[in-house]
Amino acid sequence: MPSNDSANVSFARTFAAGIWNENPVLRLLLGMCPTLAVTAAVKPALTMGLSVIFVLFCSNIVVSLMRNMLKPHLRILMFTLTISTFVTIADLFLKAFAPVMSETLGPYVPLIIVNCIIICRAEACASKNTLAVSIVDALGMGAGFTLTLCVLAGIRELLATGKVFEIQVMPGAFVPWAAMGMPVGAFITLGLLLGAVNLITRKNP
Amino acid sequence: MDTLQILLMGFISVVIVNNLVFTKFLGICPYLGVSGRIDMAFGMGCAVTFVVTLSGTLTWLIDHLILMQFGLEVTRYVCFILVIAGAVQLVEMYIRKFFPALYDSFGIFLPLITTNCAILGLCLFVNLWGIDNLLEAVVLSVGAGIGFTLAICIMAGIRENLNLADVPVCLKGAPITLITAGILTLAFMGFAGMIR
Repeated sequence: MPSNDSANVSFARTFAAGIWNENPVLRLLLGMCPTLAVTAAVKPALTMGLSVIFVLFCSNIVVSLMRNMLKPHLRILMFTLTISTFVTIADLFLKAFAPVMSETLGPYVPLIIVNCIIICRAEACASKNTLAVSIVDALGMGAGFTLTLCVLAGIRELLATGKVFEIQVMPGAFVPWAAMGMPVGAFITLGLLLGAVNLITRKNP
Repeated sequence: MDTLQILLMGFISVVIVNNLVFTKFLGICPYLGVSGRIDMAFGMGCAVTFVVTLSGTLTWLIDHLILMQFGLEVTRYVCFILVIAGAVQLVEMYIRKFFPALYDSFGIFLPLITTNCAILGLCLFVNLWGIDNLLEAVVLSVGAGIGFTLAICIMAGIRENLNLADVPVCLKGAPITLITAGILTLAFMGFAGMIR
């Protein structure tokens, strides 16, 4: 069926937009705080990425379902309430099944509530689009966010400890750059990464 | 005397040593977004200081007097975000009425204070650090606000000069701001270990 085909193509495009063209971190500059804070190693970064995908997925579904009932002046409040409910669920889940990881991430799990990506997608996509589009958008954006986080964490963990995913990669003679694990490393790596992305997009617009 | 010393230490610690922007990465979005001009940065800092003081105090009270009394800790995040959203609404109405010019120049960033991680972050940290004294919670909240103002004003001062510098094209805007912030963090790391 042609109409079904074109729908699939547009879904694929929405999903791909989240990963590159509208990548939340690298292009829209959203969700900077967790990006900088949890990327000292790949494992917490991945956990954070998955939690954000879960919250984004659920909140986009709920917001999309109630989009016709929203009053304009109360919508931000409704978004934050929806999001904080799902974040509480994610937080309790992590505390129960991954207590060590929950300890490492600390307050950055509840801080997903104020992660601009989620509220931005609720406002820009879910409150205007159908359920299916909102779900695909949430998955695409979440995947883009997680991917960026993992890349950044990979670079920082490699240079700070010589390991990736806690597996030794660098030869023994490698001197770890301790600064990469500190806030300095986070800011500068992200800055250079953004610069590199700008360079690539300028070459093939 | 002892109480005063603890309060003073806590204040200095949260303003300089454990500055929320530089060591905890909280409040990065307005830090990058509003730090273009120093007067706007200062206005933003004041607004955030006000909101964080109000919400830090209120959330401590709610947390200790209501949630912990009745075992409702599960609803903590929902309550915190409601308090913050209310406080921001208050500030927004106030600024719109008394400083309309400032209100226009803030634009979208004013309601976005609700999603400023520094505020919710501080409320959560007060809870995490196990502060069991109202006065201490208030002092920490004010300190966090002042620390944020300090950070954003320093950044705005640097960025005003950065406009005149010859920055590589691909690093213009956010990338160079982040790198500058990194170097600034390095400077603030000099204070690490001074207190606590």
